[in-house]
Amino acid sequence: MSEVSPAAPPRPRGRRWSWTDPKLRSQVIQITVAVILLWLLWSFYSNAQSNLSRLGIASGFGFLDNRAGFAISQSLVPYNESMSYGRAFLVGLLNTLLVAFLGIILATLIGFLMGVARLSKNVVIKALASAYVEITRNLPPLFQIMFWYLAVLATLPGPRQSWGFGLQPLLGAIGSGLSSIGLGFLGGPLSTYAATLAAPGVFVNNRGLVVPRPIFEDGSMAILYALIAALILSFLLGRWAKKRREATGHFFPVFWTSLGLIIVLPLLASAAMGFPVGVEKPELRGFNFVGGLRVIPEFVSLLLALSIYTGGFIAEIVRSGILAVSKGQTEAAHSLGLRNGPTLRLVIIPQAMRVIVPPLTSQYLNLTKNSSLGVAVGYPDLFAVFAGTTLNQTGQAIEIIAIIMAVYLTISIVTSTIMGWYNKRVALVER
Amino acid sequence: MKRILLAAAGLLSLAGAVQAATLDDVKARGALNCGVTQGLPGFSSPNDKNEWSGLDVDFCRAIAAGIFNDPTKVKFTPLSAKDRFTALTSGAIDVLSRNTTWTMSRDTTLGFNFAGVMYYDGQGFLIRKSVGLKSAKELQEASICVQTGTSNELNVGDYFRANNMKYREVIAFATLDETVKAYESGRCDVFTSDKSQLAAVRLKLTNPADHVLLPETISKEPLGPLVRHGDDQWFDLVKWTYFALLNSEELGITQKNVDEMVKSENPDIKRLLGTDGKYGEGIGLTPDWVVRIIKATGNYGEIYDRNVGPATPLGIERGLNNLWTKGGIQYGPPVR
Amino acid sequence: MTDISAPRPSITPATPFVSTAFHEPQPAPVATRGPILWARQHLFGSVPQVLLTLFGIWLLYVTVPPLIKFFLIDAVWTGTNRDACLAEKLGRPVGACWPFIWAKLDQLIYGFYPASERWRVNVVYWLGAILLLPLLIQSLPYKRLNAILFFGVYPVVAFVLLTGGNLDLQRFVLGWLGVDFSTIGGAQGLRIGFWIDYVLSTVLLTAIAYGISRFLAGPEGGRSAAQTTLSVLGVLAVVLLAVDIDTGLPQVETRLWGGLLVTLVIAVTGITVSLPFGILLALGRRSRLPLVKWLCIIFIEFWRGVPLITVLFFATYMLPLFLPGRFTIDGLLRALVGVALFASAYMAEVVRGGLQAIPKGQYEGAMAVGLRSGLMMRLVVLPQALKLVIPGIVNNFIGLFKDTTLVLIVSIFDLLGSMRAAFTDPNWASPTTLFTGFGFAGIIYFVFCFGMSRYSMALEKRLDRAHRH
Repeated sequence: MSEVSPAAPPRPRGRRWSWTDPKLRSQVIQITVAVILLWLLWSFYSNAQSNLSRLGIASGFGFLDNRAGFAISQSLVPYNESMSYGRAFLVGLLNTLLVAFLGIILATLIGFLMGVARLSKNVVIKALASAYVEITRNLPPLFQIMFWYLAVLATLPGPRQSWGFGLQPLLGAIGSGLSSIGLGFLGGPLSTYAATLAAPGVFVNNRGLVVPRPIFEDGSMAILYALIAALILSFLLGRWAKKRREATGHFFPVFWTSLGLIIVLPLLASAAMGFPVGVEKPELRGFNFVGGLRVIPEFVSLLLALSIYTGGFIAEIVRSGILAVSKGQTEAAHSLGLRNGPTLRLVIIPQAMRVIVPPLTSQYLNLTKNSSLGVAVGYPDLFAVFAGTTLNQTGQAIEIIAIIMAVYLTISIVTSTIMGWYNKRVALVER
Repeated sequence: MKRILLAAAGLLSLAGAVQAATLDDVKARGALNCGVTQGLPGFSSPNDKNEWSGLDVDFCRAIAAGIFNDPTKVKFTPLSAKDRFTALTSGAIDVLSRNTTWTMSRDTTLGFNFAGVMYYDGQGFLIRKSVGLKSAKELQEASICVQTGTSNELNVGDYFRANNMKYREVIAFATLDETVKAYESGRCDVFTSDKSQLAAVRLKLTNPADHVLLPETISKEPLGPLVRHGDDQWFDLVKWTYFALLNSEELGITQKNVDEMVKSENPDIKRLLGTDGKYGEGIGLTPDWVVRIIKATGNYGEIYDRNVGPATPLGIERGLNNLWTKGGIQYGPPVR
Repeated sequence: MTDISAPRPSITPATPFVSTAFHEPQPAPVATRGPILWARQHLFGSVPQVLLTLFGIWLLYVTVPPLIKFFLIDAVWTGTNRDACLAEKLGRPVGACWPFIWAKLDQLIYGFYPASERWRVNVVYWLGAILLLPLLIQSLPYKRLNAILFFGVYPVVAFVLLTGGNLDLQRFVLGWLGVDFSTIGGAQGLRIGFWIDYVLSTVLLTAIAYGISRFLAGPEGGRSAAQTTLSVLGVLAVVLLAVDIDTGLPQVETRLWGGLLVTLVIAVTGITVSLPFGILLALGRRSRLPLVKWLCIIFIEFWRGVPLITVLFFATYMLPLFLPGRFTIDGLLRALVGVALFASAYMAEVVRGGLQAIPKGQYEGAMAVGLRSGLMMRLVVLPQALKLVIPGIVNNFIGLFKDTTLVLIVSIFDLLGSMRAAFTDPNWASPTTLFTGFGFAGIIYFVFCFGMSRYSMALEKRLDRAHRH
């Protein structure tokens, strides 16, 4: 309490250096670590340098401009073999992002569904959800990817025997089904009618899923603008409704109104421009279906496996998040007169999100990293296109692995940042 | 403190130790590290006991026999087409004997030296008989399976472009097994690769008779062993092992008669087998290195006949791979 | 509780209609008790509930019976090649093709491990099981001895048995510094030169440790440092002797290993290495030394940010580029190091979570009773922190076990890889081979992972109970 600080005890004479002196100790340790680290880095560098110079391999990133020369089975941007390695990199990166993005959405949907189902009072649903979670979480993701690709998708029929999906095959199947159980008087005409309908536009075979491709003619931009306008309007509506709710306590059905806006506005725009969107139906010609949009089975198996696998983990996260919200919250909400739906939506989920978001982030990151396993089934993701083909053709091993690691690190930092921002928003604001 | 610095300097010098010659590394290790395929009958494939056999395997055995007088002192590293060059560059293997096409970029910018051509090949197409195609020119809109990291992957695009055709898609798989599985399951219409490889793959299919090779050969595929840049002695050793196999066949030296041939008075044979001159020392071996090689593996013709020749399941005629004296283009420079 | 049967004071005693006798409570209506209540609450409470239940039952109906039919009823149990599993040949629907598994079983369990030496793998399997089981059952005694046997002795024994030992060590510290005795021959697989080197190096290192510590911390510090150095090197000597001596077992190269053996070797090594490394990294991340802290952060975040297969690819095909020429590392070992470092980074984050959850009072209390920081961590903080994060640790183990499959991408054939290789055998190509193989491998992976997760749940429960006492 005294103002005067007590005099420091005199150091024992003759031992100015003491191992128990934390400052000295920390410096010794840090210098040792730094020396070892520098030595390791330097020896790595010098070894690589001498090895490479002996081989006469040029280093640097100039190879990105060279002609790639190989084809890629799925690309979101125009690509052909006369384009550069840089372009191939972009294609691979987009493929990785595509499967990661869709996988995250799908896994989140599955996970929330299954997580809530595991807490259901209905024992059958609960048991099914538990079985789902235990099975998917305890089988390796690579195993699941191979299973979907080799054992499921590869056994689908060939292009000529494709399964068609649409009104025609459906009515046809019902018709023949009716006929086979002795209701020929109903089934016969139905089958005949089905035959007069247009051929189906959606096909599934062992080459993937083929769907009609929309063709955007002049005036299609109006639809896009209408869609953007609808999105902006919904956003503004949401903010307005929230403000009003906080001020007056009145609810406004934001979800349904927004949905209506998003559907109706583009439709109106489309009608005003005279329906400028055509459809190109796939057609069996020669070996394959020509025209239409195609989703390759490599993509489907990777997407299915990743989202089903990660979905199991998310289900557990959601379940524990909901369980972490104390029962008193539910009871309090009920006593305020909220029914089950609003209780879950307005009271439980927002609080559960705080527990859910951090582990959810690492699941999203895991899914993104696991997408590199697509190489095992020939999905042209970043790892396959770049660390596979490009590395093989250019020999620039160090540069390419550095690029790939940098890309994954960037993705993971960006995802963490976004989720961290979100986490901050939902975090408990304490006094 | 000074002493610590000195010790640190000692460690540093250790890290920067000058790269020793490959041959010395191999001798010190007691085994040759040889990169091969993950399983391609006739060229390099393991049996149930992981004993390897094939044309490319025998070439590595020949090198080992030349160095150690023991053809079993080889460690085989199975590599996919896409990983093979990285493994050779980094030093994980000493020689890559994995039906690799000799191309200019691989020989120069990738940092390798090709030691020769063990097998002259060309790219073809394997297709189901039931499709009923007669020519590769009818492959419009086909789905094509190819192994990634091969020259085949690059040739396909060129061939279609040159013939004004369009393929539907080229699906590239990381390993041969995956590619074959995909072709067999119907994921693609044709499988394209070197013709020798297609012949071998066809045998591994469930019903080989259901599949045919299309007649076109769309590229030149000289397949041979290769080494890293930067070690000329090792390159010479691998190259002359190949030439020794060719020259032995040309001079009629076989696994059986090599002991008698040592007594031969033919000056070519004497130089080759080391009874005249010390040519083997030029590549860091003893003069009788060829005797050891031939005793272990036989000459080129014997290796060919044993692994891919007409008497084997693959049943491929010598053709281009015959000696230049017999209508082929295999030609070994003289030992002199 | 008031006694209900006692006469109650009534407001209007004249009212004759109130019964004064006590009535036993009636049983609740049928619909609100027993199985019917249960069914109403859990199955048929409302229309959506009924629909859900029906949907669930339908889902069970379309999955479970066909699976049983496939794997058991329609399955083929004996045969010598694919003909046994072809529906055309048997004239009946064919389910799982089990003879395919029997035919490939050796390969799936041992890889290419030479048939005459497989007993060694079996011994390792059984020894591991015998040592592990008592460790897992809490009520058995001798835990410390058991743990030393399992974590200390077993790895060495397993290493010698699986590889054959006889490493032919040539140089120790002095040898690398230029004083080379390695030319001196030896017996029984041991080089006299190496051991001369070892003894001299031990003396030298102990002296150095003593000198430095004495200089820095006085005579007592010097003695304790010398003791530590000596005992570490002594233990190391025993281990080196065990792996260096010629046991007479033929050498089996790791490239011959495969199947379940590789899966278990990678998983067990990863598990035993990742926990201590993870703890060190986690402590390092909370270190007060900025350099150590930042190194640990960079290390952890790097490994957690990149996919494991890029790491494996780097370790397998690119590492030699960064090492001096003659320095070769076994292929399996390279993958092992990659997997272990990867798992350590994840483990570090789990442990860090535990460390953060320990209230500050615990640290302060430990310091107040005079514990040094090492002892404080070992005796107070870590036991509590690790207990808190047991589920996370086991989840990491499970993740590691599943990640072993990734070595397939660098041409090391683990269980899944061997199964994949077996699929390519044309002798067994049949429509049901794939499903059978995936079913078999899936069951093995599931049993291991599910077992681990259940054990961790049981452990957690028990510790929780112990905690409350």
